[in-house]
Amino acid sequence: MKENVIKLKTPLTSEQVSKLKIGDRVLLSGVIYTSRDAAHKRIVDAMDKGEKTPMEIAGTVIYYAGPSPSRPGKPIGSVGPTTSYRMDSYAPRLIEKGLKGMIGKGSRGKEVIEAMKKHKAVYFGATGGAAALIARVVKKGQVIAYPELGPEAVNMLEVEDFPLVVINDVTGADLYEEGVKKYQK
Amino acid sequence: MREVQVKEITLKLRELFQSACYNLGEDVIEALDRARKAEESPIGVAILDEIIENAKIAREGVYPLCQDTGLAVVFIDLGQEVHLVGGTLDEAVNEGVRQAYKDGFLRKSVCDCFTRKNTGDNTPCIMHVRIVPGDKIHLVCAPKGGGSENMSRVQLLPPAAGMEGVKKLVVDRVREAGSNPCPPIVVGVGIGGDLELSAILAKRSLLRPLGNPNPSLELANLEQELLEKINRLGIGPAGLGGRTTALAVHVEMTNCHIASLPVAININCHSHRHKEATI
Repeated sequence: MKENVIKLKTPLTSEQVSKLKIGDRVLLSGVIYTSRDAAHKRIVDAMDKGEKTPMEIAGTVIYYAGPSPSRPGKPIGSVGPTTSYRMDSYAPRLIEKGLKGMIGKGSRGKEVIEAMKKHKAVYFGATGGAAALIARVVKKGQVIAYPELGPEAVNMLEVEDFPLVVINDVTGADLYEEGVKKYQK
Repeated sequence: MREVQVKEITLKLRELFQSACYNLGEDVIEALDRARKAEESPIGVAILDEIIENAKIAREGVYPLCQDTGLAVVFIDLGQEVHLVGGTLDEAVNEGVRQAYKDGFLRKSVCDCFTRKNTGDNTPCIMHVRIVPGDKIHLVCAPKGGGSENMSRVQLLPPAAGMEGVKKLVVDRVREAGSNPCPPIVVGVGIGGDLELSAILAKRSLLRPLGNPNPSLELANLEQELLEKINRLGIGPAGLGGRTTALAVHVEMTNCHIASLPVAININCHSHRHKEATI
C-alpha cells in the first residue's frame, strides 16, 4: 500500500480522480454534501421527473452520513460515515451525471464499481465510528434540502483536511479485497 | 412491596443513555489498547489510534462517540416485590429515552418502515423485561447502531450441524459482513431456545464486560476458538486489512427443540455501548 498523502479540494475533475490509486491517503477540503438512504431516493426521484437536484451533481463529492444534532455554536454534531451498500442502487445514476466521489464505509456492488470505471469516479473510505474525530474537520454545516427527513436531510459541509483512504479507484481495484488478502491466515 | 415512582426510571434511563453515547466503557478502551499493541498492519494501527482518540473526544461531552446513537434497547429486570406507581412502565421508559436523545443532542434514528418518516424522538424503544425475585429494578441501556445490526443474523440449523456447524456459521457471517459493521467488532452468539430467544441471548451476551469469558468451560473455549478464527480472517480495523477483526466473542446457550439448533449472531461495532444501574 502506498503511503501518499494527497491534498484535494472539491469540486473534483475526472483528471484528478483518475490519478488516485487504492490505498492512497487523501486529505479532502472544500464543500461536500451529506446524503443517505431517504435523500438518495428523493434525489433520484427528482432526476426521474426532470426536476432540479438539491446540489449540482457534476464534480461533486457525496458523503454517506446522517449527523447527530449540532450543539449551539457548533457547525455539526458527530458525523461518521454510514454503510455504503445501501446507496448502491442509486449511486450509478449519480455517477453517470458526473458525481466524482463518494465517501462511506463498506464494500460497493459491482454496478457501482463498473460505473466508477466507466465515468471516472472514486470511492473513499472514512473511518466508521470515528464520528467525533471527523466532526472536527467540519468548518461549516447547513441543511440545504429535505429538512423534514431529520438526520437524513442533505447538509452542505465545508470540510478542511478530511482524512480519507481510496477504497475503489477508476481501474475497479478494491482496497478491502487487497488489504484482507495480506493478513488472511 | 416496595413502592417506586416510575419517574425514577425515566431519570435514570435519561442519564444512562447519555452516558453510554459519550463515554466508552473502560473494558472496551482496554481491549482497543491491547489490540493496538498487537496489530501488525500499519493502517490498522492508524485506525485504532483514531478510534481511541475518538473516544477521548467523545468523553468531553460535546460530540457523541458515533453519529448513530442507535435504536434505544433497554433491558429491565423488575423485582416482583416492586410496586410501580405514578404511571406505566412503558411510558416511563420511553420518556427516559425521549429526554436522553433530545437533551443529549443524540441522533433520532427511528422511522416508519415504509414511509421512512422519522418519529422525531427516537421512540418507541426496544424493551426486554424479566420479572425477577426481589425488590430492586435493574436497568441496562444498550444503544445499537444500524450498520452492525444489519449484519446480524438468525439461522435455525439442523441438529446434525452440531458445534462445527455453529462455528462455520459464525465465522462465515463475520467474513461476509467484512468492513460493513465497523470492525473491530464484538460478536454476540446466542445458541438454543427458538427463533426469538436465540436472538435475545445473542444481544444479551453483548452486555457482558469484555474479557469476561462464559462461566462454562465448554462455552469459554468456544468463545476463544471463534475469536481466533475470526481474527485470522484478515479483515482488520475498518476492514482495511489487519489482525484485529473482533475484540471479543461472547456466547450464551440454552436448551432447544429436538428438531432444531437455533443460532443467532448479533454483531456490534467498536462503539460497544451499554450502561447499567439499579434502583
